[in-house]
Amino acid sequence: MATDADVADANVAAVPAAPEAIVLKTPLHSRHVALGARMVPFAGYDMPVQYPTGILTEHNWTREKAGLFDVSHMGQCFLVGPDHETTARALEALIPADIVNLAPGKQRYSQLLNEEGGILDDLMVTRSIDPDEDGALYLVVNAACKTEDYAHIEARLPTNVKLIKAEHRGLIALQGPAAEAALAAIAPEAAGMGFMTSRSMKVAGIKANVSRSGYTGEDGYEISAAAAKIGEIWDTLLLDATVKPIGLGARDSLRLEAGLCLYGHDIDTTTSPVEAALTWSIQKRRREEGGFPGAARIQREFAEGVTRIRIGLLPEGRAPAREGAEIATPEGEIVGKVTSGGFGPTLNAPCAMGYVTKAHSAPGTRLDLIVRGKPLPAVVAAMPFVPNGYKR
Amino acid sequence: MAETRYTKDHEYIRIEGDTGTVGITDYAQGQLGDVVFVELPEIGKAVAKGGEAAVVESVKAASEVYAPVSGEVVAVNGELEAAPGAVNEDPAGKGWFLKLKLKDMAELEGLMSEAEYQNYIKTL
Repeated sequence: MATDADVADANVAAVPAAPEAIVLKTPLHSRHVALGARMVPFAGYDMPVQYPTGILTEHNWTREKAGLFDVSHMGQCFLVGPDHETTARALEALIPADIVNLAPGKQRYSQLLNEEGGILDDLMVTRSIDPDEDGALYLVVNAACKTEDYAHIEARLPTNVKLIKAEHRGLIALQGPAAEAALAAIAPEAAGMGFMTSRSMKVAGIKANVSRSGYTGEDGYEISAAAAKIGEIWDTLLLDATVKPIGLGARDSLRLEAGLCLYGHDIDTTTSPVEAALTWSIQKRRREEGGFPGAARIQREFAEGVTRIRIGLLPEGRAPAREGAEIATPEGEIVGKVTSGGFGPTLNAPCAMGYVTKAHSAPGTRLDLIVRGKPLPAVVAAMPFVPNGYKR
Repeated sequence: MAETRYTKDHEYIRIEGDTGTVGITDYAQGQLGDVVFVELPEIGKAVAKGGEAAVVESVKAASEVYAPVSGEVVAVNGELEAAPGAVNEDPAGKGWFLKLKLKDMAELEGLMSEAEYQNYIKTL
């Protein structure tokens, strides 16, 4: 049997780590090892892919109670300028989201674009609610892309806006229907927060920035705090009987069921946000005014439509279709490729996403997924595959 | 008495007469994690030693299961279709994959004994 752990784990790696890559450790590394996690290289970091209970149990726990994830490998940084307008305009020159009109304490999902409108990375942008911090934007980017992202951003900032890497910070995500109660028990202010908002508060007595967001499709929070202190928050949350640590394996199956893109798989430098069905992340003003890299392509795609688009697929039966599987019509014409696929534990069935030509993208369309040379019948389905639990 | 032999790729074959029951070892199921799907061959299929006999899929990835010896598939474990988790829970028992009618008993000589396999996995 082929049980090459690296091959298996490549499924959750956004970008495979180079062989010579230095293995970095998050501030929570020793805790993962002590909890018995299976550690794998991921984006240059030694990360927990699963704890002893396994991916299925961890996935289901997150959907039913609350999962705690170490996402400290992700890139946290601040853009700091003299006022909000200046910093927002500097960032808007790189991404297609409306940041000028982002209200204090609000968060937005966007993408760093290249000149051709391809996606260099996806990211979260947060405007501080604190008037003293007006002019600062907090960004979270993907671990595998952060070095390139920072260089790309820094090279394009005006002289009065600076990028400050927050490498001294850790980041954890608490996700699931029990997340609110578990966090509110040690940070009462977290309870009233709306989806995609951010506040600074004390969590278990430690100064932290808390946002009501995440990447599992569940209600939940991301908590950023000093690297030296994040472990205390992690330990305190794990004292709650509803909270268990969850690895990258379940994070991948959760985000797939939620229809969320994984950079390097579902989106990359060749895909535009319109092709990726991320048009909701480009607000009206930016669509009309442009002024971001690749705006000509993206405005054309809005006006004329795209030739290929990201869709969801539900295979019949139980065999999963993995990344790379070709998508064909029942007549055998190849019309696309799977970019993420696997078994959805909540669905108790396989699910996948991929790109197909526009003519074959309508929900209900019957297509074949070519798995090990054989056509596997599937149907185009609306995403998310599992309804999300966000608190709006 | 049934004798079990092992491959370096973590398949086992339990020999009874000229027939062998093939599955993956407890070590292998532990490495794979939660098994969610098993693709089994057609009965009557001829497989060559080292050739693909089945596919086992965990939540994370698909892995090929190779035939430990050459032979003809004479039975498959249809129970795995509804309950693939049996591969995790009882790999040497309810989690078996297929039965082979052996073509050449001499091919068993190249496989590891139980003791040899236990020593082998300690080196991994």
